[in-house]
Amino acid sequence: MIHFDNVTKAYPSQSRPALENVTIDVEKGEFVFLVGSSGAGKSTFLRLILKEEKPTEGRIHVAGKDLARLTNWKVPYLRRRIGCVFQDFRLLPNKNVYQNVAFALQVIGKPRRFIRKVVPEVVDLVGLEGKHDRMPHELSGGEQQRVAMARAFVNRPMILLADEPTGNIDPATSIGIMKVLDRINRTGTTVVMATHDAAIVDSMRKRVIELEYGKIVRDQSRGVYGQAY
Amino acid sequence: MRGQFLFQEVWTGLRRNLTMTVALVVVVAISLSLLGTGFLFVKQVDNTRTYWQGRVQLSIYLCTATSVSPQCKQNGPATATERQQIYNDLLSLRSHGVQHVYYESQAQAFARFKQDFAQDKSFSSLVTQNEIPDSFQVKLANAQADYSVVAGTVQGRPGVDNIVNVQSILSNFYKLLNGARDAVIITAIILVIAAILLVANTIRLSAFNRRRETSIMRLVGASNFYVQLPFLLEGVIAGLIGWVIAAALLVAVKTMGLDALQQYFPYNVQLSLADLIEVIVLAMVMGVLLCGVTSFLTLRRYLRA
Repeated sequence: MIHFDNVTKAYPSQSRPALENVTIDVEKGEFVFLVGSSGAGKSTFLRLILKEEKPTEGRIHVAGKDLARLTNWKVPYLRRRIGCVFQDFRLLPNKNVYQNVAFALQVIGKPRRFIRKVVPEVVDLVGLEGKHDRMPHELSGGEQQRVAMARAFVNRPMILLADEPTGNIDPATSIGIMKVLDRINRTGTTVVMATHDAAIVDSMRKRVIELEYGKIVRDQSRGVYGQAY
Repeated sequence: MRGQFLFQEVWTGLRRNLTMTVALVVVVAISLSLLGTGFLFVKQVDNTRTYWQGRVQLSIYLCTATSVSPQCKQNGPATATERQQIYNDLLSLRSHGVQHVYYESQAQAFARFKQDFAQDKSFSSLVTQNEIPDSFQVKLANAQADYSVVAGTVQGRPGVDNIVNVQSILSNFYKLLNGARDAVIITAIILVIAAILLVANTIRLSAFNRRRETSIMRLVGASNFYVQLPFLLEGVIAGLIGWVIAAALLVAVKTMGLDALQQYFPYNVQLSLADLIEVIVLAMVMGVLLCGVTSFLTLRRYLRA
């Protein structure tokens, strides 16, 4: 599903590459934690998958596509197969829960009937029954993140990328978020989650990839966050 | 993209920076109407030229009993022999561009005079047939080049009062309109530049206001076309509103300006409705292109991920 082959990414202004000779295979339906200190290259890794950045060296395949051979105008179609969740939720403040989720389908030209059918299902799936017409500022952080997850998942992506989704949320609420991510993963969606949250990684017992200074230092199935932290 | 959703996005965009939108509409309206006015002037000159192409360009007035000019007083009214001589000489100038000559008698001239001044009875009733001179009406192949040869032949001959070159009257009209055209078009070009900068700025502001929306659109895989279309339409719609105002102004320029101007000239060449529509459509195309292309180019700079 995601295949990195000897990928190096160097930014012109930095002496040390953000990623160096990274080779990774993530299979369909896997749940992967990406751990490592700030600046280890986690975000660069996620940006490369979305083709927001181009690798300096090496090849990347996502969902069967060679990203180097993907023309710019086809990138949006790649992104329709990838959902994204961020630490800061990135909801539209002037749209309610339903509209925020529907927006993702409207802008890729889905028919109105389809949107009306699918959006309520997904909003319920992430546990926001009865809150369809709340505005983001009326919701807690955890609830806002659920909206963001609904938006990321509503188009049934093959891959879900989560960049520190629990970073702004208290530990108790985080468990709920992780349950939703797990539910999404069980539908066959590959989930890649970058995180600093040791408790969550340890409790989930999923594959853990650890980055340090742009290199992979650990790749464990059913791993833990690591003793060093 | 669904029409309703798109319309909603465009409407929000236009409303959110209302002041810029209003400024844009006004500048587009003025620049388009000035450009259109320039085109109307060009058309008026062209039409007047074509109108006169097929008509008499030189009038040679003959002396009558009531003529007051010194040469007529000296020689007396034109005799039948003199008239015949002038007629023959004019005909012999065919190689010099004389295409057609005809004699207009005092009776014919008087009838035409009464027709021209039909609305001004108080004036026309004071004039009698004897006071209207008979004349030779000459049509030239090329009014400007052939004038001096023909005029030189008959100028000062006994029986000839004066020669009126329609071209000299027309050239004043052309000069007036061409001068006005240049002034109007130069102003229009300056305003078009202002309009382009305003469109660019409006779109930039709009893109900035909606950067959250556009970043999410990109994230969920909206195609570039979908991301840019609302902004593009914003520019084009503002341009179209400006064009509608410009169209109204152009109708006013034609009916109250150009058509009214005709009464100061001894003929009446009004622009047709088709001419007006052509200029208005041209203004629309320019307005849409101006706003559309500028929006598009601005978006390429400011909507990159």
